[in-house]
Amino acid sequence: MQSFASEFNQAITLIFLGDSELWAIVLLSLQVSIFAVLISALIGMPVGAALAVARFPGRRVLIVLMNALMGFPPVVVGLLVYLTLSRSGPLGVLELLYTPTAMIIAQVVLVTPIVAALTRQVVEMLAEEYSEQLRSLGVSRLASVPVLLWDARIALVTALLAGFGRAIAEVGAVIIVGGNINHVTRVMTTTIALETSKGNLALALALGAILIGIAVAVNAMVSALSLRAEEEGLRHA
Amino acid sequence: MIRNFVRVNLVALGLLVGPATAEESFIVVQSTTSTQNSGLLDYILPGFEAETGIDVRVVAVGTGQAIRNAVNGDGDVLLVHSKQAEDQFVADGWGVERFDVMYNDFVLVGPKSDPAKVKGSTDIVAALTAVWDTQTPFASRGDDSGTHKAEMQHWQATGIDPTNASGEWYRETGSGMGATLNVASGMDAYVMTDRATWLSFGNRGNLEVLVERDPRLFNQYGVILVSPEKHPGVRSAAGQRFIDWLTGPDGQTAIESYKLDGQQLFFPNAK
Repeated sequence: MQSFASEFNQAITLIFLGDSELWAIVLLSLQVSIFAVLISALIGMPVGAALAVARFPGRRVLIVLMNALMGFPPVVVGLLVYLTLSRSGPLGVLELLYTPTAMIIAQVVLVTPIVAALTRQVVEMLAEEYSEQLRSLGVSRLASVPVLLWDARIALVTALLAGFGRAIAEVGAVIIVGGNINHVTRVMTTTIALETSKGNLALALALGAILIGIAVAVNAMVSALSLRAEEEGLRHA
Repeated sequence: MIRNFVRVNLVALGLLVGPATAEESFIVVQSTTSTQNSGLLDYILPGFEAETGIDVRVVAVGTGQAIRNAVNGDGDVLLVHSKQAEDQFVADGWGVERFDVMYNDFVLVGPKSDPAKVKGSTDIVAALTAVWDTQTPFASRGDDSGTHKAEMQHWQATGIDPTNASGEWYRETGSGMGATLNVASGMDAYVMTDRATWLSFGNRGNLEVLVERDPRLFNQYGVILVSPEKHPGVRSAAGQRFIDWLTGPDGQTAIESYKLDGQQLFFPNAK
C-alpha cells in the first residue's frame, strides 16, 4: 500500500505540474456537460413547469414516467443514441457519432428527466401556495409558468446541479457514443476507465480526485452565485 | 459573463464538431484494446499523421464489438486480431480486403503459487486441462473479443467446456483485457492475455507469466478497409492510405521499433 500512496502522490503532482493534455480533457468534460445541462434546462424546465400546472388526462402517468426516467441506465441511453447516430441509423448522415456533439446528446437524454422532474416538484408546490393570488390576478394556469419558474429559481439551480452531477460523472453512455478517442472525445470519466483498464490504479484515482475537485468547485461557484442573487433579491424587495 | 462563456463554448464546439471543412481530414479506426492499452498506436500514429495530415481517431473496443461497429459503418478501417472473423467480415462484403499487419502472442498468466503446476510448460492445451483438473479460478474475457475467441479455441482442443463451471471457478468478466487482468489480479486467477497488454499492465499483483511459446498462442493482427459500397460515407481514400502506410516500410518499421522496458511488443509481418 505504501507504494500505491507514493504513486498516487506522484500522479497528483504530475497532473498539477500542468499536463496540458490532461487539462484539455478536463476542459472538454466541462464543455460537454455544461452544454448538456443548459440544453436540458431549456427543455426540462418548461416541460416540468407545464406538467406542474396543467391538468389533462394521462398527466399522472407522464409524471411517473418522467420520474422513472431519472434512473435510466446510462449504458442504455448510450446504446439508443449510438443506434440513432450510427451510419446505419436514422441520423447516420449527420456524421455525429464519435464527436463531442454525440456525447452532449447522450447527456441531454440523461439529464433532461432530472431537470424536468425536479422542476415539476418545485413548481407544483409553489403553484399551490400562490394559487389564490394568481387566480385573483386573473392569471391563467399556463401563463403563470414564467412567474413560478422565476420564483423557484434558487431551487431550480439545485435541479441543474443535480443534472450536472449526473452528466459529468457519467461514463457508460459517453464511452459508447464518443468512443473515447484521444484528443477528440476523451473526457475525465473515460480517461479514468482507460487508466483503470491499463492497471494504472494510482493515476486513475488521482484523476478521480480531480473530477471530485471540479464537482466541488462548480457547486461552490453556483452556491455563491445563488447566494448573491438571493441577497440582491432581498435588497430589491 | 455567462453569456460570454456560452459564446466561447459555442465557438469551441463548432470548431470541434464543425462541418467537414477539409475532405477526409481524419479517419475512424475501429481497433482493439490491446493495440491501444499497450501504447503501440500512440507511438506509431504521429508518424502517419505528420506525413499525411490525416488525423487517426481510434475507437478501442473488443474485436467482436469492433467488427459489429464496422458492419454498421461506424468506422473506415478495421484493425483487429481474429483472422476467422475478419475473413468472414470480408466474405460477407463488409470489408474490401484483409491484409496481415503484425503479430504478437498470447500467454497464460497465473498466480505465483501456481496450484495447477503449469509453470514452464509450452503446451497451452495441457495447461488448461490442468487448470480444469484443479478447479483453480480462471478469469475469462467472456466478451467475444479476439482474445476470448482464441481462449475458447484452446478450451475446445481440451474437449472441456469451461462454461459448465461458469460462476464457480470459471469467471467470465465480460470486459476488456485490462479489466479482466484486474479481476485475475484481485482473485489470484489464471487468465489468458496477449503479451503486449500484459507487459504494459500496471497492476500485476501476484501474477506472472506461466505458459508461453506454444505455436498455437500465435496472435495475428489484420487490417481491412470498410466497404464503401456498403457504406458510401466511408472515407476510403484516406483509409486506404492508412492501410498502405501500415503495411508498407514506414509503418512496419514503426511497429518493429516500439519497445516497452526493452521488449519488442509487436512483430510486423505484412507481405
